[in-house]
Amino acid sequence: MSAIPDAPAARTRKAWSWGRFVRQLTLFALACFFLMPVYALLVTALKDPAHVDVVKMWSLPDSLSLESFRIVWPKLQDGFRNSLMLAIPASLISSMLGAANGFVLAKWRFPGADVVFPIILFGMFIPYQAILIPMFKTLSDIPVIHYKAVGGLEGLILVHIIYGLPITTLIFRGFFAGLPDELVDAAEVDGAGMLRTFFSIALPVALPAFAVSMIWQFTSAWNDFLFGLILTNTEYWPITVALNNIAGGQTVPFNQAMASALLASLPTLLVYALLGRFFMRGLMAGALKS
Amino acid sequence: MRRRSRRRMRNWLPGFLLVLPSLLAIGVFVYYFIGWNVAVSLTDWRGSLKPSDTFVGLANYRQLLADETFHNDSIHLVIFTGFFMAGALALGIFMALLLDKGVRGEGVYRAIFLFPMAISFIATGIIWRWLLNSDSGASTTGINKLTEAAGLGFLHSEWHKTDSSFAVAAIALPAGWALSGYIMALFLAGLRGIPEELREAARVDGASELRIYWHVIRPMLLPVLLSAVVILAHISLKTFDLIYAIDPGGPRTETPALYMWQTTFRGTFFARGASIATMLFIAIVLVITPYIWYTMRQERKK
Repeated sequence: MSAIPDAPAARTRKAWSWGRFVRQLTLFALACFFLMPVYALLVTALKDPAHVDVVKMWSLPDSLSLESFRIVWPKLQDGFRNSLMLAIPASLISSMLGAANGFVLAKWRFPGADVVFPIILFGMFIPYQAILIPMFKTLSDIPVIHYKAVGGLEGLILVHIIYGLPITTLIFRGFFAGLPDELVDAAEVDGAGMLRTFFSIALPVALPAFAVSMIWQFTSAWNDFLFGLILTNTEYWPITVALNNIAGGQTVPFNQAMASALLASLPTLLVYALLGRFFMRGLMAGALKS
Repeated sequence: MRRRSRRRMRNWLPGFLLVLPSLLAIGVFVYYFIGWNVAVSLTDWRGSLKPSDTFVGLANYRQLLADETFHNDSIHLVIFTGFFMAGALALGIFMALLLDKGVRGEGVYRAIFLFPMAISFIATGIIWRWLLNSDSGASTTGINKLTEAAGLGFLHSEWHKTDSSFAVAAIALPAGWALSGYIMALFLAGLRGIPEELREAARVDGASELRIYWHVIRPMLLPVLLSAVVILAHISLKTFDLIYAIDPGGPRTETPALYMWQTTFRGTFFARGASIATMLFIAIVLVITPYIWYTMRQERKK
């Protein structure tokens, strides 16, 4: 199941023609444009640091060396660990809540469910600048319990869960809406309550939606910068903030900037390479297209 | 009848209770916070972390409208949005059309056009700031070096370092690199969703392929175009990380999203930052609300 259907087979098998040749050539040129930064990044990061020269960023290395990675990894590993520790629980919890919301809004509707959904959905599009000041203020000293949730990871995890709810709800609602009503009706006839229907009937078939939702949430939590910048202390910086701090300065060596950008992008690139079709469906859902 | 309605009453309550926590969280973190932010923008809170209760009405907004930096930043945002949207749409649609008919290696091309979506804007920015190097002469490098090697040295660009107010347009290049694959995917899905019979019927009527695209396919893709425009517009208005990574603190590439952050968290002018955020919010609401409304209506029609 892919978000983009394949081209009809009849249209793919055609004899050689100039039109097709030009099309392939254009596609190849475009692919080169998209891979150009990757090329520069790879050849630079793999060069012996002593031979790196910005002016020669396009030339191939004389010899391969992993020295640049070895230099930057110690500076990145805390950020790497922090991002794993925040992105995994944030995407799990957000997806679980989204699954429950999506199930209810699609299959166990309550009066007003049609109004509630767009109200939740709206949260996906807001500019985070518009909530930053109240968010910072609230998390600095959570009312009633007087808990300080800035500096460490807990506040950051919380906001990733909450601001992830619109998209996870959207993904699961779309998925459950595609299931036949009979599935739920049958469970109800058997006397199963809502929670049992949800856990024993709906959740087990929702694995693909889980994959889409987890991947989307993991990627956005891993790639987030703004919340991390505002809510964490140096020690708990997520990978993006750590990356910007070590590779964003004017004076950082070119090879170190490239090596750290690559290391910081590896987890999401890996997810993309392995589970690209789920990633794609998340993208479609994000545009409100199922 | 009565039994049925009582049964339904008992039925929907647990569902509502299950959604309630999320609804409350969204209620507080989205709606209440937005309202609170507007309230902050009507005070004179600045300087310390302790909020001020002094109500100053629209004074912050009046100041903002008279503020040259905010003017410039807004112009930058319009320029950036224009270049970014036009570029990403044109490139995305072009790539979708190239792939639509089915070419050898389609999966590979799709993966290559889309992978930038998996990378953070910070990493994208860090790579591109080296590619957008503006040095000239013997220090020429990055994209300028490539165009020079291709004999197109006259294309040498200062990118975001130029003195022109179009400096911010250079950011549209990495932004388009990151997002045109998304537009490609949206349009490709749209194209593939059009029943083959429609094209076939037009072909039988003797229409050329070009005419089929214009008269049959183009009208059917208008909803996709709408989605693409809305998605790009709201991303553009919010763009923060990418500019922050490429040109930190650069006055020529600053947009209101960055100005808000600078004002609030660097300058501690909380009320003024809140008023910038409110303006940004209003701009996004104008783009997004009609879209959500339209999508929900389409869904109900089905």
